[in-house]
Amino acid sequence: MSRIGKAFAGGKAFIAFITCGDPDLDTTAAAVRAAADNGADLIELGIPFSDPTAEGPVIQEANFRALRGGVTTDKIFDLVRDLRRDLDVPMVFMTYANVVFSYGGDRFMAACRDIGIDGIILPDLPFEEKDEFLPVCRRYGIKLISLVAPTSDKRTAMIAKEAEGFIYIVSSLGVTGARSEISTDIDSIVSVIRRNTDVPCAIGFGISTPEQAKKMAGLSDGAIVGSAIVKIIAEHGAEAPPYVGEFVKRMKSALV
Amino acid sequence: MTNPNGRFGAHGGQYVPETLMNAVGELEEAYNKYKMDAAFNRELAELFNGYAGRPSLLYYAEKMTKELGGAKIYLKREDLNHTGSHKINNVLGQALLAKKMGKKRLIAETGAGQHGVATATAAALMGMECVVFMGEEDTIRQALNVYRMRLLGAEVVPVKTGTATLKDAVSEAMREWTRRIDDTHYCLGSVMGPHPFPTIVRDFQAVISREIRDQLMEREGRLPDAVVACVGGGSNSIGSFYHFIDDKSVRLVGCEAAGRGIDTFETAATVNVGKPGIFHGMKSYFCQDEFGQIAPVYSISAGLDYPGVGPEHAYLHDVGRAEYVPITDDEAVDAFEYLSRTEGIIPAIESAHAVAYAMKEAPNMEKSQIMAITISGRGDKDCAAIARYRGENIYE
Repeated sequence: MSRIGKAFAGGKAFIAFITCGDPDLDTTAAAVRAAADNGADLIELGIPFSDPTAEGPVIQEANFRALRGGVTTDKIFDLVRDLRRDLDVPMVFMTYANVVFSYGGDRFMAACRDIGIDGIILPDLPFEEKDEFLPVCRRYGIKLISLVAPTSDKRTAMIAKEAEGFIYIVSSLGVTGARSEISTDIDSIVSVIRRNTDVPCAIGFGISTPEQAKKMAGLSDGAIVGSAIVKIIAEHGAEAPPYVGEFVKRMKSALV
Repeated sequence: MTNPNGRFGAHGGQYVPETLMNAVGELEEAYNKYKMDAAFNRELAELFNGYAGRPSLLYYAEKMTKELGGAKIYLKREDLNHTGSHKINNVLGQALLAKKMGKKRLIAETGAGQHGVATATAAALMGMECVVFMGEEDTIRQALNVYRMRLLGAEVVPVKTGTATLKDAVSEAMREWTRRIDDTHYCLGSVMGPHPFPTIVRDFQAVISREIRDQLMEREGRLPDAVVACVGGGSNSIGSFYHFIDDKSVRLVGCEAAGRGIDTFETAATVNVGKPGIFHGMKSYFCQDEFGQIAPVYSISAGLDYPGVGPEHAYLHDVGRAEYVPITDDEAVDAFEYLSRTEGIIPAIESAHAVAYAMKEAPNMEKSQIMAITISGRGDKDCAAIARYRGENIYE
């Protein structure tokens, strides 16, 4: 079984997102370890982008802090290589198409394989454009994760049929960030997905409390939390990793 | 020119979040339905002629022609349109389309404010809500346009993130569109973004080249030898080029904002210094660093201050059909002053980039040749900034 498969094999998965290099790569490394040690089943590592159009203010700011701190794609590859020496947790990159395109799709995915990355999420690469990177992802065994949105409607089945790794269900309209309420009819999205694929699905966007995580994971195979973790890192800076660990523990325990 | 997937050669496409895919699909479907619709086109023609003041003049710049001593120079006077620039062509088209689609609200990005003012104007005319995103830096540089938009009933949202300029305004407008799709149309201001925007905006701006063609045939009985226009995202230039693309005898020249020079970091000349990339929904050329981070760009002209260029321009560059030349701040300011003094026409600083190229190139051409320059907008908005550039402390 692939590492991503294992993340969903033991019940509801808790997926943690961390922006690499915010505020520095040492903190990122410690935060990833803290998340993994406290029950995160999969880690999404954000490679910062100058213009993150799918992000709300919290993750936007994290991107800017990381870039101002001098983080680059190559430095992030070094970080992951180092983490993979002793971490078995599945790790996927979350970044924007231009970061991969400018590096060269082939070169980027070859590096992903070499350092032990399992998949990649590109929010600005919809189904119709996935051939941009799918062939190179396949060449190096990197899963290209598909997203489904509340507005996907008839597209959901089409996306699900060709999905691999896991399906990222965007809970609500708009950008990433905490929401007091998630009102989308997730049930019907999940049932369309289930009819079309065995690939697991997890819900993200707007989840910040254990109650929300429990509810969303109950509707699917897992919950993805980004902004709430990034906010902890923004508040505590280099001291953040133990707080991240504590938060992950609380969220994960709501799922089991 | 466009294939069904919205590609111009390797460029174009639809690189947007899944949340927006049905919205761009719905827009494409509506546009395909209405673009050939006689009633829609009648209504649009009525707006163009009865409201925006089209056709715009093609003015023979006799003094300039004589002074430069080469090609016969015609100015396509988009500055005389209602709201003072070519932006109104696209906005009236998109607002009418949005209305047909049942949308009640227009959102838009703006740099210098021209597109924001045009969108606010169309929204007022058609009884729609309007929200304009504008980089905070630009709201300060163009305070008068902010007031204008508010006067027209629009809400202006200052964008504080990133470099707080045009590209950030585009990003924020895209984010807002993902928040609210049902009743909202994103009225994109240039031939950029995801398909079908580059095609829709081009088609609405193509009225410029259609008129240049008709007006020159009537006046001179022949086509121009060169068509010159400034390029930021590239809407007035693609509009000026479009109906000449198949006429290989017509040179098409796009003038990019070189800022302080293409050998400096303070430039916005995307075709000259950029690399292929994927950003703001499209594949095209972008100013970026080695890791694909979009570069901050600079030009004296807020309207050309964008790190990318429309995908059809990228294609016309690739196949060698159009030339893209860099014009510095200094050259543009000289041209701004020159046209004002020589012809009594104050051009937008954006359009002055095209005038600057003409000043260099017209003398190398034969007297029997014809050059058409698009004056995309009027320069009232720029007077204070140019005065400051020349060391006079004038504020609006």
